[in-house]
Amino acid sequence: MNSGTTIKPKKHSKILGNKKSEEPKKVQKKNITIALAGNSNVGKSVLFNELTGSNQIIGNWPGKTVERAEGKLLFEGNDITVIDLPGIYSFSTYSMEEIVSREYIAFQQPDVVINVVDASVLERNLFFTIQLKEMNVPMVVCINQIDLAKQKGIVIDTKKLSTALGVPVVATIAIRGEGLHELMEVATDIAFNKSKNKITTLKYGAEVEDRIQKITQLIKLKNLNLGYPYRWVAIKLLENDPEIRRLIQSQSSEVVNFSYDMAREIEKIHNEPSFAVIASERYFIANQFAQGAQLQSDIKITFAEGLDRIVTHRIFGYIISALVVGGLLLWTFVIGDYFSNLLNQAFEFFKPVDPQISGPIMGILWNGAFGGIVAGLTLVLPFVIPFYLMLSLIENSGILTRVAFMMDSAMHKIGLHGKALIPMILGYGCNVPAIESTRILETRRERLLAAFTITFAPCTARTIVILGLVAVFVSVWWAIALYVIDIIVMFLLGRIALKIVPGETSGLIMEMHTFKIPSISVAAKQTWARTKSLIYVVFPVYIIASALIQGLYAYGFLTPVANFLAPLTVSWLGLPVIAGVVLIFGAVRKEFTLLMLVTLCGTDLAAVLTPIQFIILALVSMLFIPCLATLTILLREFGWKATICIALSNIVTALIVGGIAYRIIALFL
Amino acid sequence: MSYNEKLSANIEEYLEAIYKISNNEECVKTTQISKNLGITSASVSEMLKKLEKMRYVNYSQYKGVKLTDEGLKNAKRVTRKHRLLERFLHDILKLKNNFLHDQACEMEHSLSDEAERALCHVLEHPDKCPGNSVIPACDLKFNTCAECIDRKEEEVNEVGKRNENLIPIMELKNHQKGKVSFIRGDYKVIRRLLDMGITIGAFISVIKIAPLSGPVEVAIRGSKLAIGRDIACNVFVELIEDNK
Repeated sequence: MNSGTTIKPKKHSKILGNKKSEEPKKVQKKNITIALAGNSNVGKSVLFNELTGSNQIIGNWPGKTVERAEGKLLFEGNDITVIDLPGIYSFSTYSMEEIVSREYIAFQQPDVVINVVDASVLERNLFFTIQLKEMNVPMVVCINQIDLAKQKGIVIDTKKLSTALGVPVVATIAIRGEGLHELMEVATDIAFNKSKNKITTLKYGAEVEDRIQKITQLIKLKNLNLGYPYRWVAIKLLENDPEIRRLIQSQSSEVVNFSYDMAREIEKIHNEPSFAVIASERYFIANQFAQGAQLQSDIKITFAEGLDRIVTHRIFGYIISALVVGGLLLWTFVIGDYFSNLLNQAFEFFKPVDPQISGPIMGILWNGAFGGIVAGLTLVLPFVIPFYLMLSLIENSGILTRVAFMMDSAMHKIGLHGKALIPMILGYGCNVPAIESTRILETRRERLLAAFTITFAPCTARTIVILGLVAVFVSVWWAIALYVIDIIVMFLLGRIALKIVPGETSGLIMEMHTFKIPSISVAAKQTWARTKSLIYVVFPVYIIASALIQGLYAYGFLTPVANFLAPLTVSWLGLPVIAGVVLIFGAVRKEFTLLMLVTLCGTDLAAVLTPIQFIILALVSMLFIPCLATLTILLREFGWKATICIALSNIVTALIVGGIAYRIIALFL
Repeated sequence: MSYNEKLSANIEEYLEAIYKISNNEECVKTTQISKNLGITSASVSEMLKKLEKMRYVNYSQYKGVKLTDEGLKNAKRVTRKHRLLERFLHDILKLKNNFLHDQACEMEHSLSDEAERALCHVLEHPDKCPGNSVIPACDLKFNTCAECIDRKEEEVNEVGKRNENLIPIMELKNHQKGKVSFIRGDYKVIRRLLDMGITIGAFISVIKIAPLSGPVEVAIRGSKLAIGRDIACNVFVELIEDNK
């Protein structure tokens, strides 16, 4: 393979925005956009990484919490932009990922779509290929992971498949870079000569096909302006796609009514909803193509399958799940703690000053802006990087799905399914990546429930506060008691939220991918790209907000606030007035609670606070509001309303639990 | 056709009890039935012999009793009515849990098929009874619930009834194979299943069932999927014997 010599990652100059209106395509242009589309876990991101190297930007699709990865490469003198679309199985269940993908393909019109297909699961992957083909996009099919398929005894005849589909088919092993040069050659060729894709229509059974054509003709007659191919729209109308139906309704209700009648006719014939009929027929076509192109010798039991048996064994399975989850946690904690300490030592000179002494400007710049940078560097990064790295490895290996499989029934207790376990546990390290990783869940409701519960998880910063205040000044046992209270609160609130947040729990439907050895370089690249995008979000907020609060404090705005809060802090929670200010600082960064207390009261805290006050202060600061970084990530993932609701419920919980605890503990101490 | 004949309430109770105890496939002992129904072993044996003559069960003194296909079909029909009625008494009439069983037992024998279908629509094709047992699928020849809801009463007769016994994939044993014949539930679930390849008529086999009422791992169209119990109890298959 000499692909390395011709495929060169190119330095990108700036982040590309959305190209809303493209020039009409010229024959030989130098800038090509390629979109990668396909099922999840077919090696799409590996291919993306192999093609673009480190030249990638990972962010979100505008207004959606769907990851958007874009990269660049130089291939035979062409500037190529590669967009990695989210992994999806169909264009029909209208999840965010599917809508993002289909709108991108229809409206942004990439020059060519590379449909990445898992060679071992050809039939199911071709189901998606057929839908892409129906969208009439210039495309190339990339049969990936042919080595894994070969191990299972599956060999694919790419020529036959290419003839059947009417598009070029290239076999690759992306993880080893094999076949990528040919893939790019074919892809650029198609990009320049779109007509090379044959317009073969994949025909459905007669009773469906007739009706598709009738609707297509009516749309043509009405001359609707849609942006999607007519035939595709006709099929979507028969499938009762609500988005497309709404789109057409605004232009011609006649077409919608006609297609509705047609769908009813199909339903009468088959005794099934028309979308089910169409899905079955599509699978029928996929099956024919797969059978025609695939030579399967005896199914061999591979090493991966043997491993699978152990990992989902009724006893070993749980042990391995516990090891994976515990290992990830331990790794994040230990490595994170190590680097966090190293960085803390490096920033040892950083101590918040008392702005009343040093003057307001110094307070804002030093405590605020610089403090924000230090907080980000010492607290978020050391935990986020090792976590992302390990998560990426576990995710790509396929172990994560087995853990979810084993833990599914336990997670049902709080209305989530197996997959939600991972983010929950990560919350113990740092809430920020934990909330971000709730994306692995299907519905917004599940993501929200998991994120809500995570905001109560005692992350490392909270642990510092508990240890620093309670373990040092009261006793270790009270510190442990606080941990236990926290876990009980998490569980109870999880159950309450389950009752309150409307909607049903979506059951688990998850593909069990073949085990494979994850590529470290892919994991490293993913980690780097994700960390980068996190820095862009978290750091500015940290710096600005931290400076703002310091400014308010320095100019004496916080003392009135503390006094205003006194009825709550003093009468209800039994804390000193100063606690109001300390807690507000704790909102920026949890262990600021401790630092501010020391700054304001001196190191001999035992002279200032009683044991009960230590416990209550630690308890309240632990529960009372997600820290600024967590709020930022909540905002990005769930929007204003949900973030405010979560923050408010945190505050209310902290006040209720704190007040009750104060009265109960007073009986003991 | 035999299922249109009216079985006596007593026979229905027996079939229902055997179905409930047998938990699919396993043989049921006479003593278990007598305990369940509160009838002496002697009269149970008597009745079982009668049921065998009617070809509803296979009975052997030592192994116990097992439902035949015909027996299973009738047992499921009664069980379905029983559990639907429990749902109705619980959800709509808001009766307390301890009344449900006895009341449903009384009503199940007189509930007509038409009323059963209407009940199923009102309750929005429920999948579990209040006690969390799976409600068996109906025997109308529909492939999904959506179709049944749209049809008028008189059209239903044209559709007819199926002869095969349907089993939810949740109740399949390891390595058993089936053909997907009916999917219960709303559009969203059906769509997700379809996209993943679980279409009507597709062949599906169980690879593994996770312990502690966890998900079921199935093989379909050359790929492996994990399906949660809540969904697995809504995908019904016709069992396919491996040696055929």
